[in-house]
Formats: sequence, structure tokens, C-alpha cells
Amino acid sequence: MKGVDTVALSVFVALFALVTVLGFVAGRWRRADLDQLHEWGLGGRRFGTVVTWFLLGGDLYTAYTFVAVPALVFGAGALGFFAMPYTVIAYPFVFVVMPRMWSVAHKHGYITAADFVRGRFDSPALALAVAVTGILATMPYIALQLVGIQVVLGAMGIQGDLPLVIAFVILAAYTYQSGLRAPALIAVVKDAIIYIAVLAAVVVVPLKLGGYGTIFDAVPARKLILAPKQFTAYSTLALGSALALFLYPHSMTGILSSSGRKVIQRNSAMLPAYSLLLGLIALLGYMAIAAKVHDAPAYAAGFAQYGTNFAVPALFLATFPSWFAGFAFAAIAIGALVPAAIMSIAAANLFTRNLYRELVRPKCTAKEEASVAKLVSLVVKLGALAFIVFVPQKYAIQLQLLGGVWILQTFPAIVVGLYTRWLHRGGLLAGWVAGMALGTWMAHELAFKGTVYPLHLGGTTIPGYAALWALVANLAVAVVVTIALNALGVARGRDATAAADYGE
Amino acid sequence: MGPRPHRRPVSCRPVRRWHLLLVVPFVGTLWVPFYDAVEPRLGGVPYFYWYQFLWIGIGAVLTAVVYFATREPEPKADDGDDDGEAREAERGR
Repeated sequence: MKGVDTVALSVFVALFALVTVLGFVAGRWRRADLDQLHEWGLGGRRFGTVVTWFLLGGDLYTAYTFVAVPALVFGAGALGFFAMPYTVIAYPFVFVVMPRMWSVAHKHGYITAADFVRGRFDSPALALAVAVTGILATMPYIALQLVGIQVVLGAMGIQGDLPLVIAFVILAAYTYQSGLRAPALIAVVKDAIIYIAVLAAVVVVPLKLGGYGTIFDAVPARKLILAPKQFTAYSTLALGSALALFLYPHSMTGILSSSGRKVIQRNSAMLPAYSLLLGLIALLGYMAIAAKVHDAPAYAAGFAQYGTNFAVPALFLATFPSWFAGFAFAAIAIGALVPAAIMSIAAANLFTRNLYRELVRPKCTAKEEASVAKLVSLVVKLGALAFIVFVPQKYAIQLQLLGGVWILQTFPAIVVGLYTRWLHRGGLLAGWVAGMALGTWMAHELAFKGTVYPLHLGGTTIPGYAALWALVANLAVAVVVTIALNALGVARGRDATAAADYGE
Repeated sequence: MGPRPHRRPVSCRPVRRWHLLLVVPFVGTLWVPFYDAVEPRLGGVPYFYWYQFLWIGIGAVLTAVVYFATREPEPKADDGDDDGEAREAERGR
């Protein structure tokens, strides 16, 4: 990494300029009144099957995923592959559960999951808990998108924070102006670039290295498959992550912006195309091992600065001509912008609907609501930027791990709530407190370095995803407190939804 | 926890029975002993990896099968419009 790679940088800047134009033009796409929150923040709930496919794909498979998954495989081997079963089981779950969310949200004009919880359980406190959890889990996730940009900029020899600031200011400007339409349109370009880059890599790299057999032979045997004591960690990470995926505010925004139940169901069958891509990207970690980029003096500085996250950029630099490396790096950087935009919009929706309107200005107008959301989307992005510039990167990573543990604690109120009101609002709140506390304590015990907590049960130890252990405690507390509150005759509140609203 | 945390009494409806098919990917991928092996390789790729890649395809096909089996006839060309919603709601009563 000596000097700036001008060829790579030129390709990178050209592609970045293209999506910037798209971001601003997007405001005119399917023109509507962007002073309405459901227009600015949900694209008017009009996205069909294809746009939703691109939007959700761009939303869920983030730049950080593209960098961190192969980095984990590069460093930890087979365990890093839990992303595969995770995405295999996430979509059948979405197929069954999320059409219900779409229907009830469409019927009652809900923009966030917390809106639904408010209506279903008649509990502002529970809705507030869900909203705050969503915002807390999203903030470090946005910050991590910047890490993706930093790594590829570093790979092209660009140092310092200024380019990052410029990229994010541009992003903030077109998100403010165009709302959810901007990432939806940019996602199309991003996906095209990323598919080309990854397909080229999985064809060209094995050709250069002597085939897939050689690549897997280069992986140390103990990393190639799981040790029996890793089995429960692997499957609980997959299950917990799959259940948490669509509780994240940005995924919910993708679901609610679609034009119907069928769009969600069709996408459940079509989104696995991205899982295939993710699996191939994970394999890049092994290709980086086989290409011995870690030992090459040219990349020593990169690995020193960015750790294993540098594995994939190094692989591209080692394998491809500069212009194609620039193309692939643009894919990662643009891949950061789409989710960062959607996440900031989702966090803004939550803040505006469930904090501002709930606590500050219950009678605010639709226009005021939309302008507050636009402003908050700016604040959220500036916050993420400040976080990355001023706070060591490892804290963003640790907070994002913690965010995954936290967001799963909204499962009982949101997903169970979509099916039954059996759980008492007080029970759900008590369960949420218990789950958040236990999950945070477990993460603390692990020194915030990982999320696999060894649970001691009787004489055996079961290593598993802390989020899932916390969810079990959450549900248990919710059930016990529900029984107690029912026995005491505590009021359950009024359900604003009817069975027919769920659309089945 | 399966994809359907709480079943309602109407679980015998055909739609619900088709949904059972969606439990299959959970079993196939979450029970690690099914696939924690290097052999047999496929084109140099260890079993652990190609088995899980295979499940992406199986999961997508199963989801598509359930979609077509439980799909309502399209009222109009566009997606999930209000007519369709009302009709689905009626059917659910």
C-alpha cells in the first residue's frame, strides 16, 4: 500500500458519482408528496416484487457483511459459515410471519413495529421499549457501514477521514431529499456491480489458484469443519440471527414499503439468490487463505491497520487489474450507502412516530412529522460518522454485536404479538427487561468480544448465542408475569386490531 | 422455535398444512451432525459446504411450492391490492 492507486480510484469515483445522481433523481420517481411520512419513509408503500427484491437485498446484505463474513471465515474457518443456515431459515420464517405484519400495518397506517405494539397491546411503555431497542440496535449498525467504506478506501491508498465525511454528507443530502426512494433506486446499481464482482472472483480466483480442491486444501484441517463442541454455537447463532433479522427496523421498513402480502411472499422465495451470493462471498475468505495474501509484504500494512477485514480487499488487489479492483471496491462502498440510508430512515421513523409524537407533540401535523423524520435521519448519520471518526472502531463492532442481542428481545412483543394477545403487556415489558439485562450481562461476561455464551446446565455446558439464551429467559418471565397479573386482575388494555386485520 | 410460534385453533386449514413444509429447512440446516464432514467432496468442495449451498436451493424451492399452493387467484394484475386483502380477510372468518 504505497501511494494512491489512481486507476482504481477513478473507476471508484465514477461509479460513486453515478449513484449520487441517482440518489437525487430518485425523489421524482413515482412522484408523490414527500411531506408525508409514509411517502418519504416508506416510499408510499408502493414497491412491487422486483423493487422490493433489490431494496431488501441491498438492505440486508450490507457492506459490513461483505467485509466481515469472509473476514470471519478467513480467521475462524467453518464457524464463520453460520451465515449460510441463517439465511436459509430466515426466509421461510418471513414467508409465514411478515405478511401478517404487512396487513395489519397497512390497515392501521403503522409505519414502525412499535406502532403495531402500541395498537395491539394498548401500552405506550411497551411501544417505547420496542422503539428504543430498535434505535439502539441500528445506530452502531450504521456506524459499521462506514467501516466497510474505510477498508476499501484504505486498500486504494486513501487515508484520513475526509473522503468518508464527503461520502456520508452526500448520502445524508439525498436521503433527506428523496427518502426511501433513493436507496431503492441505488440498490439496483449496487446489486448489478456486486454480482459481477463476486461472480468474477469465484471464477477467476480458483482458475489462478488451481481449482476449488486446492483452495480447500490450503485451509487448516481444524478450521475446515466444526468440532463437536461448536455444534450448538453454530446452530444457535444461525437460529437467533434468523429470528432477529426482520426485527431490525431497517428490515421492517423494507417489508412495510412493499405493495402487498404477495410481494413479501414472492420475495421469500427470491431473496435466497442473495444467500447464494453471501455463501460465495464467504468462500472468498478461504480464497484469501489459499492466495497467501496474509504473508505478502505488500498487504502487511493493510492487515496491521484493518485486521482480517482486509482479507477480501487484499485478495482483489492481488488477483485483478487495478480497474476491476476499483470496480469491486465501489460495489462495497455503494453497498454501504444503501443500508446506511435505509437504517437512518428506519431510525428516524421510530424516533418521530414513537418518541417525538408520543412524548413531545401528540398533535403534530403530517408535514411536521415528515420534517422531523428528515431532520432526525441527518442527525442519526452525523452521529454514526462522529462515532467512527472519534471512537475506536472496536467499540462500534462490540455495540453492533450487542445490538443483535438486544433486538431479539423484541420478538415476544412483535412476532408473538402478531399471533396472540395471550401475553399480558406487563408480562411482555418484564420479559423485555429480563432479556435485555441477561443478554447484556452475558456479553459483558464475554468481555464484549463475542456472543457465544457457555451456558452451564446441571453438569453440562452448552455454548450458544447469548441473544437466544436471553430470549428464552425473556419468554419465561413474560409467561410467569402474565399468569401473575391475570390472577391479580390487572387490566390488559384494549386491542386496536381485529382478527381480520391480519389478512388470513 | 419454529416459524409459527403460536398456532391458532384453525390449524387444520390447508394453508396451515402447507406451512409445515417450511419447517423442513430448519431441520436440515440446524442439526449440524447431518453435515459436519469433509467427505464426500464435490468437485473438490467438502461436504460441509456443498450441503449448505444445496439447502439455499431447497429452501427457495420449498418456499416457492408453498407460495403457489397457497396462493389466492389474482384479482388484478398488480400486487396485493385492497380487493385481494378484503377477500383474504373474508375467507379467514
